[in-house]
Amino acid sequence: MSRISERFAELQALHRPGLIPFITAGDPLPEATVAIMHALVEAGADLIELGVPFSDPMADGPVIQHANERALAKGVGLGQILDWVREFRRCDTQTPVVLMGYLNPVEIRGVERFAAEAVEAGVDGVLLVDCPVEEIATAQPLRAAGLDQIFLAAPTTDEMRLQQVCAAAQGFLYYVSFAGITGAAHLSTDAVRERVTALRQRARTPLAVGFGVKDAATAATIAEFADAVVIGSALVDTLAGGVDAADAVQRAKAFLAPIRAALDALTAGHAA
Amino acid sequence: MTTDFHNLPDAQGRFGAYGGVYVAETLMAPLAELTAAYERLRVDPSFIAEFDYDLKYYVGRPSPIYHAERLSRRVGGAQILLKREDLNHTGAHKINNTIGQALVAKHMGKRRIIAETGAGQHGVASATVCARLGIPCVVYMGAVDVERQAINVYRMKLLGAEVRPVQSGSKTLKDALNEALRDWVTNVDDTFYMIGTVAGPHPYPQMVRDFNAVVGREARAQMLEQYGRLPHALVACVGGGSNAIGLFHAFLNDAEVRIYGAEAAGDGIETGRHAASLAAGRPGVLHGNRTYVICDDNGQIIETHSVSAGLDYPGVGPEHAYLKDSGRAHYLGITDDEALAAFHELARSEGILAALESSHAVAQGIKLARDLPKDQLVLVNLSGRGDKDVHTIARREGLSLV
Ligand SMILES: Cc1ncc(COP(=O)(O)O)c(C=O)c1O
Repeated sequence: MSRISERFAELQALHRPGLIPFITAGDPLPEATVAIMHALVEAGADLIELGVPFSDPMADGPVIQHANERALAKGVGLGQILDWVREFRRCDTQTPVVLMGYLNPVEIRGVERFAAEAVEAGVDGVLLVDCPVEEIATAQPLRAAGLDQIFLAAPTTDEMRLQQVCAAAQGFLYYVSFAGITGAAHLSTDAVRERVTALRQRARTPLAVGFGVKDAATAATIAEFADAVVIGSALVDTLAGGVDAADAVQRAKAFLAPIRAALDALTAGHAA
Repeated sequence: MTTDFHNLPDAQGRFGAYGGVYVAETLMAPLAELTAAYERLRVDPSFIAEFDYDLKYYVGRPSPIYHAERLSRRVGGAQILLKREDLNHTGAHKINNTIGQALVAKHMGKRRIIAETGAGQHGVASATVCARLGIPCVVYMGAVDVERQAINVYRMKLLGAEVRPVQSGSKTLKDALNEALRDWVTNVDDTFYMIGTVAGPHPYPQMVRDFNAVVGREARAQMLEQYGRLPHALVACVGGGSNAIGLFHAFLNDAEVRIYGAEAAGDGIETGRHAASLAAGRPGVLHGNRTYVICDDNGQIIETHSVSAGLDYPGVGPEHAYLKDSGRAHYLGITDDEALAAFHELARSEGILAALESSHAVAQGIKLARDLPKDQLVLVNLSGRGDKDVHTIARREGLSLV
C-alpha cells in the first residue's frame, strides 16, 4: 500500500477529515519551503501538495500564477524541489507528498528519469494538471516506478469519462469544485455535495475536494461529505506576505491551525 | 510505400508523436463537444457551402497568384510567385479560419466568443466575424503586443470587440493564449474559443488547418492553370503555423514540391533571442499539445524575440513538428534584419507592403530563388499586408510618425 493509501486508511479509521494544504515550491522564499512543510504538518496537514512552478500555468488563477513567477524568478526547478522533498523526508517519513504541476518540466527532465528520482526522494504521488486520462501513456513511467498518479474530476466530466478517471485514479481522486481556475470565488458547496455524493458510487479511491476553498467554514462544510479538503490559493496568498523564513513558517501555522480545529470539531461532533 | 500526409491527425488528434489533448480536466468536455460538432460539420455539404459562400463574397476569394517579375529579375534566379492572402478582407489569411470557426460556433449555439491574438490580425479577424454574427467578442492580447500593435487594437475596438491586455508572464502571445484558456475554463457553457493558429489541443490544429487549406487548394489549381505545373518549392512564414500549413497541405503528397517554413530567428538563433521553435527548440508540451517548444533545461518556456509580433510564439503547430521530423518540410530561421530588408525590397520592386510576418517568407523565398535556375518557380505565401507594421518599421529606423 502506498503512503497515500495508508494515510487515508488511518484517517478513515479515526473518522478524521483529511486536510491537504497546497503550496508553491520555493515561494515566498526557497529557503523556507522545507520549514513550511514541517510547519503545515505540525498545524494539522495530513498530506502536502507541493506545486512545481511552471512558466505557463494555464489552469491557475492570479494568486498561484504570481507565486509561480516569483519562484521561477528565484531559479526554482524540479531538481531543487526533489532535494527539498529529500530533506523533508529526513524528519518526516509519514506525511505523503504529492507534486502537482504541468507536464513540460517533467517531459524535459525525462519522465523516466524524473520518476526514479522522485521515488528515491520520497515523493508519493504526482498530479499533472495537463495530462488527462486520455494521455495516460505519457505518465506510464511514473506509475511503473510506484508513484500514485492523482487525477482530477471536474463538474464538466461526463459519465463515460468519469468511469475512465475512476478506473485510472490512484491514491485519491481530486474533485475540482467548480469549472474555473484555482482561487476563483464562486464555490457552491451544495452543488459540490451533490456531485461528490454521486461520485462515491464510482470512485475506488478516497475523494478530496479543492479549488476555491478559502476558509475554515467552507472546509468544514466540505469535510461533511468528502474524505479530504485541499486548500491552495488562500494559503499561497497568506504565505506571499512572508518577509523571511520564520515569518512564512508562522503564517503557515496560523493559517492552517484554525482550519484543522474546525475539521476536528466536526469529528468531535460525530463522536458525541 | 509513400506516406499519405492527408490522413492526419488520427482520432486522438495525433500527428505521429505530436498533437494530442493535454489540457486540464475541466476542458475535456467542451473539447469533446467541439470535436463532435466539427466532425459532423466538416463533411456536411450545407456547412461547406456556407463556408465557401462567405469566402467568396465576404473575404473576396480566390486570392490571386501574382508573378513578382521585377523582384525576380533583381534577385536573378528562379521566378518568385506570391499567393496574395494580403488581399483578403481584413488583410491576412487569418480571416479564412475565423469565418470557419464562426460558422461552427453558430451551429453549436454559442453566445460568446473569445480569442487570443499576437499581431492583432487574428483579433481583428475574430472581431470582424463576431460583428457579423452580432455576438460579443473578447480578445486577449499580451500587454507588450497591445503596445506594439496599437492600430490593430483600435481596429478591434471599432469592430465592437473588447480587448483585454494580459499582464502575466512575458505579456505576449503565449500569455494571451493562457488567459483565453482560463476564460474558457470559467465559461465553458456559453463560450466558444476561437484559436488563431494550428496550435492548441485537438481538434484545433486540424480544424484551423482545414479552414486555411483553401489557400493551398486554390494555389495548386492556379499553378496548374497559369503555369501548367506545380512549383519547385513552397515558402511560408511559421508562427503557430496556420498560413504555412494552409498553403502546404494540398501539396504534401506532391513529393516533387519542396516545402520550406521560415521561422523568426530574431537577433539570430545563436544569440538565443529568437522564436524559431522548430529550428532551435525541442519536443515538449505546451498549450494542450505535444510539439517543439522553446524552453530551458527546467522545462520553463522562454520568452521569445521577433520584430514581428505574429511570429513571437515559443511553440508551433504539431503538424509542423511531424513534417519536420519526417523530413517532408524544412524549417529555417530568418532574422529581423533579413525580414526588414525583404520588406523594403518587395515594397520598392513590386509596390507591395507585406506584413513583417510575411516578410520572413519573402526573405526565405529570395534566398531560395537566388540559387535556382530562371525557369524554376518558387511560390511564397504573402500571408498578410503590412499596414499594421508601419509604426514598428518607422520606429526601428529611428523615425516617428506624428
Ligand atoms: C500576416 C500574418 N502572417 C503570419 C502570422 C503567423 O501566424 P501563423 O503562423 O499561424 O500563420 C500572423 C499572425 O498574426 C500574421 O498576422
